[in-house]
Amino acid sequence: MYRYVARRCLQALLALLVLSAVVFGLVRLTGDPTLLMLPEDASAEDIARLRRALGLDRPLPVQYWIFLRNALQGDFGRSIRGQVPVRDLIAERFPYSLRLAAASFAITLLLAVPLGVLAAVYKGSWLDRLAQVVAVLGQSLPMFWVGILLIQVFAVQLRLLPSGGTGSVAHYVLPAFTLGWWLVAGIMRLLRSSMLEVLDSEFVKLARLKGLSEARVIWKHALRNALIPVVTFGGIYLAVLITAAILVETVFAWPGLGRLVYEAIVFRDFPVVQAVVLLTAALVIVSSLVVDILYAYLDPRIRYG
Amino acid sequence: MARAEQLPLTMTPSPEPRRLALLWRRAPFLPLLIILAFIGSALLADLLTPHSPTKVSLPKRLRPPAWVEGGSWTHPLGTDPLGRDVLARLVYGARVSLLVAALTLALGGGVGLGIGLLAGYHGGRLDSVLMRAADITMAFPIILFAILLVAMLGGGLFNVVVSIALVLWARYARVIRGEVLSLMQRDFIARARVNGCSPLRLIVVHLLPNVLNTLMVLLSLQVGWLIIVESSLSFLGAGIPPPTPSWGSMIAEGRDYLTRAWWVSLFPGLAIMLTVLAFNLFGDWLRDRLDPRQRQV
Repeated sequence: MYRYVARRCLQALLALLVLSAVVFGLVRLTGDPTLLMLPEDASAEDIARLRRALGLDRPLPVQYWIFLRNALQGDFGRSIRGQVPVRDLIAERFPYSLRLAAASFAITLLLAVPLGVLAAVYKGSWLDRLAQVVAVLGQSLPMFWVGILLIQVFAVQLRLLPSGGTGSVAHYVLPAFTLGWWLVAGIMRLLRSSMLEVLDSEFVKLARLKGLSEARVIWKHALRNALIPVVTFGGIYLAVLITAAILVETVFAWPGLGRLVYEAIVFRDFPVVQAVVLLTAALVIVSSLVVDILYAYLDPRIRYG
Repeated sequence: MARAEQLPLTMTPSPEPRRLALLWRRAPFLPLLIILAFIGSALLADLLTPHSPTKVSLPKRLRPPAWVEGGSWTHPLGTDPLGRDVLARLVYGARVSLLVAALTLALGGGVGLGIGLLAGYHGGRLDSVLMRAADITMAFPIILFAILLVAMLGGGLFNVVVSIALVLWARYARVIRGEVLSLMQRDFIARARVNGCSPLRLIVVHLLPNVLNTLMVLLSLQVGWLIIVESSLSFLGAGIPPPTPSWGSMIAEGRDYLTRAWWVSLFPGLAIMLTVLAFNLFGDWLRDRLDPRQRQV
């Protein structure tokens, strides 16, 4: 077990290192930010001075080393656009993203778990078919379009909910639902098929033979085991959520990381892009590491596989 | 991520012949019809509509669809804020979607197939290096990466295709490699080796045909998703640059006119939905037919 954990941690560390190098390299290739920051008639001397001030005149490996060392200390430099520390920008935006993610995840669990379980238990019924339709639609509708339509219907026509921004609980409803539906589709399908498998297994039959109530068999014994493969995909869901958040946050003017990185790319704000891309990719890597270790703990076959 | 990708395959349930089976027991006719219409309009866009998709005509801006008051059959689905025919732009937009999906799948799928075959066949250090690379690649959220690259290289078909394919190959490599690993244990491979088969021949003649089913299923399941990725990028302004019509950018253009001119954003959205739905249903069906062990996430 320790060897497995150590190996996976090492792999994750390596992945992070490569990631940081790739991000650093890519962002450096996007062009010179000084050209955007200075007026067009700036002299060569001005440009050189600015480049020196930003550390852009040093050799690339040195820039990378400095970047890496600072990043480990939580220092991602200053935003080129606003001259504020990137850390502050992220600290300001991250909670919004986190809250939106949590809200949509709550909606997802609230919808996906009952739907997935019931679809499996009442396989072939109208409920199952309804669940399938929800899932297929969720994976086929472009999220940004759903968001726009929801704004049009609920904010513009019915005037029930705000069209964007943050503030009250009502602001969460539309973006969280838009973001959540996508996830509902994936998790529900996965849960349904793993639930079908579990319901067919010996221990469920044993639980029934013991005389447990059907509700207890389904919602406790079967569901717990059916959730394992769903948890395995945690890392992937996180990646999906982050990607989707860029679109949803843009549509709903939500001040989260997705919008931050989108704006930063448009303005070639290197440090911000670097930091956000690194942070999100690191989140994905770390969460899949945690899931893997948890999984190996639960299922010994993996450790020795 | 490595384990997360592989595990469900080992605990796959019994095949489910019943998913949506009531609707399409044999073949999904409606989805096939939509797919044919999509490909047809992409190929024959010039013949299908008399209007130019890019010619601006301000006097004719925001004309409603034919069945709405004030509309006419000259512009069956109305015109956009620049007076361009919405139907014409939809038809030409299909071309962009198809082109991006086909090229990224060819590029990403091809590279992934090659790497998967190589890693699975060769094994050892090469395998672990390639698979680590795949894991790292998969940690990149695809849209984030594509926006980054497009911002860096500029928009355009080529850059969009390359930036998606750069992330896409990893999944193919992983799945194909897994398939090859299990094939390598089979007797016919050992026999081919004993017969003095060269590595190249072994890969091309014995391994490749056996992973084609898996590849086809994976490809078909991802077409719809790629259409969504392309339209998302275009929506964000990081895709195919205007004035070339793309469904995603059409939605973005109509966004500010929704209350006055709902048709500008609604129809491209419907087009995306129908096409993606058709490809997803078709992919599900193909998977059930060709490879019941595959599962969609």
